[in-house]
Amino acid sequence: MKRLLARLTIWRTIFVALMAAGAFAAYLRVRYGLGSVTNLNDQFPWGIWIGFDILCGVGLAAGGFTLVAVVHIFNIERYKPILRPAILTAFLGYLLVILALLFDLGRPDRIWHPLVMWNPHSVMFEVAWCVTLYTTVLALEFAPAVFERLGWKTPLGWLKFVSVPLMIVGVILSTLHQSSLGSLYLIVPHKLYALWYTPLLPVFFYVSAICVGLAMTIFESWHSSRAFGRELELPLAAGLARVLAVLLTTFLFVRFLDLHDRGALTLLRENRTETWLFGLEILLLAAPAVLLFQGRIRWNPGKLYACAVMVIFGFIANRLNVSVTGMEAGSGTHYIPKWTEVAVTLSIVALGFAVFRVVAQNFPVFEERRAARVRQPVAREAPADDGVPAGVG
Amino acid sequence: MPKAILYDSTLCVGCKACEGACAERWRLPYDDKVAAESRLSAHKLTTIQTFGERYSRRLCMHCADPACASVCPVGALQKTALGPVVYDAGKCMGCRYCMLACPFQVPVYEWHNRLPKVRKCDMCYERQIAGKPTACAAACPTGATVCGEREALIAEARRRLAEKPGDYYQRIYGLKEAGGTSVLYISAVPFEQIGLRTNLSQQPMPALTWRALSLVPDVVSVGTVLLGGVWWITNRRDEVARKEGGRQ
Repeated sequence: MKRLLARLTIWRTIFVALMAAGAFAAYLRVRYGLGSVTNLNDQFPWGIWIGFDILCGVGLAAGGFTLVAVVHIFNIERYKPILRPAILTAFLGYLLVILALLFDLGRPDRIWHPLVMWNPHSVMFEVAWCVTLYTTVLALEFAPAVFERLGWKTPLGWLKFVSVPLMIVGVILSTLHQSSLGSLYLIVPHKLYALWYTPLLPVFFYVSAICVGLAMTIFESWHSSRAFGRELELPLAAGLARVLAVLLTTFLFVRFLDLHDRGALTLLRENRTETWLFGLEILLLAAPAVLLFQGRIRWNPGKLYACAVMVIFGFIANRLNVSVTGMEAGSGTHYIPKWTEVAVTLSIVALGFAVFRVVAQNFPVFEERRAARVRQPVAREAPADDGVPAGVG
Repeated sequence: MPKAILYDSTLCVGCKACEGACAERWRLPYDDKVAAESRLSAHKLTTIQTFGERYSRRLCMHCADPACASVCPVGALQKTALGPVVYDAGKCMGCRYCMLACPFQVPVYEWHNRLPKVRKCDMCYERQIAGKPTACAAACPTGATVCGEREALIAEARRRLAEKPGDYYQRIYGLKEAGGTSVLYISAVPFEQIGLRTNLSQQPMPALTWRALSLVPDVVSVGTVLLGGVWWITNRRDEVARKEGGRQ
């Protein structure tokens, strides 16, 4: 128990430190402008706030629409217990993406402009609309948890009535903007390194988003099983992992087919940073793809978790390669984020974890909580971490 | 008739009168220190660059079908019928996608301003409307930069290339690059030797994203039908199963 408390204190200290650093960076951002808090310049106008906070943030939130499609459209009901946490992750993810965007935009007070000043030829215009609408859809998809907690029956009934069209709209909107984040880079063939630039960017962004959505669902099931002393829904996680293995393999196959067709495979012979980063990205996706085909790995919580983490890191590597490292040579410049950029990014991630925890403790997010709430009020910030073995083999 | 600028590198003596005139027109400070800078920046919207004994000028190319205008989510950048690509700072939210997308790396940002704007040459739009030449063309003492109708300037450039074939590299930069631009270059040497990007496609850049964007209606219609259909079938199957007291 002592050990447990010590660890929690460390996490809490890290959290407070990150939030303080983030708040200070935010102050500097508002006070002195983008130039003094970022290492961006005219040659390199987009850094990690776009590459990580936006591109990875939206992708990592893809578990929401993936599971909605699985449970409610394909009607595979057994995945229902992990649907709500996935929707919560997605909803928080999108809110944090919007928060990050407020840092990155030169004029955050005008974030609403694309909604009234239209340019249908702009990919970003489409993304802006999709993200706005989809965040609304996610709010409505998560609303039942709030209404259940408050005991509001009437709005619950309304939501039930519109739920199916709402979910279909949500999946379509996600399909559109997950792929469009890739389309953003179609306009830079002269800047983006040929290992990443392809007309198929939107397709790859979409498929890899679904992959990482599944990986994130496994990741968060594992974490919440430990944090809230629940059992891991292993059969469900293992089922998702099986689909994930198939998707990853297909993704990698098409990825290499495309590289081959464009004659870009010869670039792999060159000894440059891009080659190694590409290797890292592929390794982080290929390793779990191979491993997850094996039942003994899928049904082992620890190994399954490790695979999910690899997919997440492989995905992040891909997005950062497209948005940052793959753009450097073509822009004729180097970019290393400034500490303030990193501080804002990390504090946003930390905020995400913290808010998820608070919401999950206070609203019926996990199945057994809905029943357990009444019996045993939540012990704040002191979960029985090691009390229950994480999952059964 | 769309306007254009013709820059003849062989006539340029590197006096930077265009830089000074441009700064004056934008009410930007201009001194020896600024003159020494070779890069475009928020306080320098045109610049003379030196390549050995040759000079080259950088300014917005005013593409016929500009990438910047196509990517701008709020339509702050517009290609005018008159030729200039103009910027409406009142709309801009500062996403800087135009800077990323521009194949000539022209738009620059006021990084140290708390309410920043994008900046770029607008080909002296208000002077163009009044039928006057751009400030840079008016200031150029040697005629290296001239302003006029695009067709007429292309004819003039062709005449110069034909008249002194030995003095010129026999091509006009800007005729086809990125789908054609309203700033044209002629030079004694191949253009990459005076710092211009020569690996650009002849297709207008916006076609690259439009190919993907134009699929949106298809994704919406096919997707809705498909998802609706799947939902109906799976739901119906469960309903039937429940009624028949089968598996469920």
